[in-house]
Amino acid sequence: MDLSAIDPITLFVGLVSAATPLLFAAIGELVVEKSGVLNLGVEGMMIIGAVCGFAAATTAGSSAVGFVAGAAGGAALALLFGVMTQYFLTNQVATGLALTLFGLGLAALIGQPFTGIKPPPFHGLDIPVLSDLPVLGRMFFRYDIVLYLGVGLIALVWVFLNRTRTGLILRAVGENHDAAHSLGYPVVKIRLAAIAFGGACAGVGGSYLSLVRVPQWTEGMTAGTGWIALAIVVFAAWKPWRILLGAWLFGGVTILQLNLQASGFLSWLQSLGIPMQAQYLSMTPYLVTILVLVVISADRTRAALNAPGCLGRSFTQSG
Amino acid sequence: MTILRNTLVAAALVLGFGAAAQAQDEEPVRVGFIYVGPIGDFGWSYQHDQGRLALEETFGEAVETSYVESVPEGADAERVLRQMAQAGNDIIFATSFGYMNSVVNVAKQFPDVKFEHATGYQRADNLATYSSRFYEGRHVIGLIAGRMTKSNVIGYIGSYPIPEVIRGINAAYLAAKSVNPDVQFRIVWSNTWFDPALEADAAKTLIEQGADVLMQHTDSTAAMTIAEEQGIFAFGQASNMANFGPDAQLTAIIDNWAPYYIQRVQEVMDGTWSSTDTWGGIGSGMVEFADLSDKIPADVQEEARTAMEAMAAGTLHPFTGPINKQDGSPWLKEGEVADDATLLGMNFYVEGIEGVIPQ
Amino acid sequence: MLRLEPRTSASPLVEAITPVGAVIATMVAGGCLFALLGKNPFEAIHMIFVAPLLDPYSRSEMLIKATPLVLIALGLSFGFRAGVWNIGAEGQYVMGGLAGSAVALAFWNVEGAWLLPLMVLAGMAGGCLWAMIPAVLKVRFNANEILVSLMLVYVAGLFLSAMVSGPLKDPQGFNFPQSRLFHDSARLPVLLEGSRVHVGVLVALAAVVLAQVLLHRHMFGFNVRLLGQAPRAAAFSGVNANRLTVICLALSGSLAGLAGIFEVAGPIGQLQPSLPVGYGFTAIIVAFLGRLSPIGILLAGLVMALTYIGGETAQFALGIPKAAISVFQGMLLFFLLAADLLTRYRIARIRRGVV
Repeated sequence: MDLSAIDPITLFVGLVSAATPLLFAAIGELVVEKSGVLNLGVEGMMIIGAVCGFAAATTAGSSAVGFVAGAAGGAALALLFGVMTQYFLTNQVATGLALTLFGLGLAALIGQPFTGIKPPPFHGLDIPVLSDLPVLGRMFFRYDIVLYLGVGLIALVWVFLNRTRTGLILRAVGENHDAAHSLGYPVVKIRLAAIAFGGACAGVGGSYLSLVRVPQWTEGMTAGTGWIALAIVVFAAWKPWRILLGAWLFGGVTILQLNLQASGFLSWLQSLGIPMQAQYLSMTPYLVTILVLVVISADRTRAALNAPGCLGRSFTQSG
Repeated sequence: MTILRNTLVAAALVLGFGAAAQAQDEEPVRVGFIYVGPIGDFGWSYQHDQGRLALEETFGEAVETSYVESVPEGADAERVLRQMAQAGNDIIFATSFGYMNSVVNVAKQFPDVKFEHATGYQRADNLATYSSRFYEGRHVIGLIAGRMTKSNVIGYIGSYPIPEVIRGINAAYLAAKSVNPDVQFRIVWSNTWFDPALEADAAKTLIEQGADVLMQHTDSTAAMTIAEEQGIFAFGQASNMANFGPDAQLTAIIDNWAPYYIQRVQEVMDGTWSSTDTWGGIGSGMVEFADLSDKIPADVQEEARTAMEAMAAGTLHPFTGPINKQDGSPWLKEGEVADDATLLGMNFYVEGIEGVIPQ
Repeated sequence: MLRLEPRTSASPLVEAITPVGAVIATMVAGGCLFALLGKNPFEAIHMIFVAPLLDPYSRSEMLIKATPLVLIALGLSFGFRAGVWNIGAEGQYVMGGLAGSAVALAFWNVEGAWLLPLMVLAGMAGGCLWAMIPAVLKVRFNANEILVSLMLVYVAGLFLSAMVSGPLKDPQGFNFPQSRLFHDSARLPVLLEGSRVHVGVLVALAAVVLAQVLLHRHMFGFNVRLLGQAPRAAAFSGVNANRLTVICLALSGSLAGLAGIFEVAGPIGQLQPSLPVGYGFTAIIVAFLGRLSPIGILLAGLVMALTYIGGETAQFALGIPKAAISVFQGMLLFFLLAADLLTRYRIARIRRGVV
């Protein structure tokens, strides 16, 4: 065993980058859920974002174009969900699941000409002075621009939800759509906008996977990331800042598990007769999420402040 | 026109009008493939599909191939195999270990159809098995890695702790150790064959822990891409991954199924096909290498080529004694060569590798 | 301006016509897709929707493929009617398969007629207990069952993976992550010679009938419908919402667990890490396509199975990529879900001055 091979700073840097796709997808889904809509199609929107971003970036030779295209692709797929659930009043759970099935297939179709090529390079920033700081420079100032934008987006969403009138209306729509409607707010339009925003965020998260983290396009490359994003929203108790924490926790467990393996720690446990399989470690964030959910829900008055009251329910003017 | 005609024939067969197919004089040999992953994985399933395309190129009109991709190992596999047999395929290649029970069952029901199961060990009169001695390739990349590493730490991404993967780790380690006594292996198990994001993270982790050469036994090209990005070396797995790491890739172990597929289909045409157990290596062309990178010094290239030639000629076996097991107990005596049965069931590390095989 | 008005009672004609219309719309849209890919659209549609129905083996496979979907969807439909959202059936399916297999593997060298019933009971118990986690957390701590049950899907999948590469691994299996093969008395009997149609298919059909009776002829079904449509009225009439929540989750968990052990003891014959293939999620769609009615679920399950099997045939017979088949299935689901609107609402013109 050689735990000294694990450098805490490197570990931190690793988990922060691993968390970025999750962070985008989760903050988008948070806004969607705050508006009272449960879109389980995050995985589908992410992979569409991954393929659209990759296709555009390699065609145009620019990562920036890629991210925009990824966002557009994710939003377009999300709007399909939006139209289905808001105008055709289909069940949100079923539609979201169908969206994932559809998105995975469509992405594979679009992506066929793009397997086996490399995207344009995308490097971390080199900020004068800051990037060269000892320790802090490595920990905070050498990431790529999209990662900082992700953290910035969380701040913006917080401001939007808590400090703007539109944000308040969006939350009101999620809390009680009938009341919001009788006050004259356009429930369906607000929800469509939130759904499109969520799709765009998931799309950027997907593009980050295909352009930065893995960087390549392969069929099925999201491999369940979208589902984890759903868990993070719950873990975060619908609070924007906790998304950051949640994304780091979920991203971090993977990185930690790999580090513990590479350093021989799991082997060492096993030699002591403790069969610690990596799978048990991978379970922990989900169990922690359930625990968090129980804690925040147990107090019913406080729970009402977090979870949107109308989550997953269809809205009809006449009904 | 052929395509249309053939699909109509296929349709007719599916509908149960098998007689329609007999009308043609020169029936093409029909070859079916079932893949566990998408053909676009650029690894395992991709290489099998390359073998299928080679069949079409070699035989032209004389063969007709079809495939089903991304078939999970389980209840669905048996149905797909049976439907393919029923649709009039003459020979069907099942290209994943997990199809074993399905292919055994279906082979019983269709005695006139020939089945070939990759990496399996159950055979019947109409069911053959085939696999590659990938460990010969691992020996070569082990030699190169031992010479190329500066940090003396080689990172290894394993999928599942099955004999095939453990054999590869042992072969690579022994070779690396033979040219560089200080070499050390760091092994990470991904518990999946294909998860690009996880494989990328595993690669980064290994690099952070000091590895400057990466080997992988998982199917995606993610680790190669990361090696390129971080400026270290890596070896392609299953297919030539030079596109993903033009500077990083030292060479790649290529699963070349084409010669085997061509030979077996030819045997079906000639009526000489029989159920066999093939375990081919460099000598039979099943294990190939991508061009050696010019980053490898000339003498190391020479050393690698000599090893390839010796293994092809059968004068070198990667597991030649004296070799001890990890716990120090002797396995092979001086000059003794491992037998295939032990290799096929290998479940131990050789002496010098750190860590425990997950049980 | 147009607006939607809820129908007071669904017209049977509309109910029958809308799904057919949706299927036709899918055929047109899917045909365009296949034509774009350079395939003959008529052949493709024929291969997916018609060919499997004409072939006896494909028909038998449809039943096998539909069995887990129908069983799980039936269980879910009660909860969905009552507003209990169990979307973790995939996890309960896995735990059912795992628990039943554990029994089979514990008696791997003992044969007996008692073994299969014991496995089935263990499977149902496994699924049921896994569903009790969200039930208890909901009733006791008010935790949202959608999210808890979803989280538990991942936990179950990882647990299965740990088990088949650990304690339940075949000791003679060269370390491959899978269990021993089950012996014959741990396998479901096959009903039709030369096919894989097993007893589970009959159980699923029986479950459809039972569910129909339960829903329309039993107090439980009435309470479930009441709770879903008018929670207040339900409370006044003495329906215990908590008790009903627990029962609904127990029912859906048990049926999902049953589907899991049927799949392992039926077509697969051993425990494999690839057991979860998404039936638990697809069943949610099946439940809604079937409009939460037992007969509807049976039909929807069969249609889903048909497109899976036809899709495979289309792959090898016509060379249509798997991706195109998934897109096609997605379209079918969207059209079917959207068409449902017309059965629940009528489109009316808004008169001026009235809002």
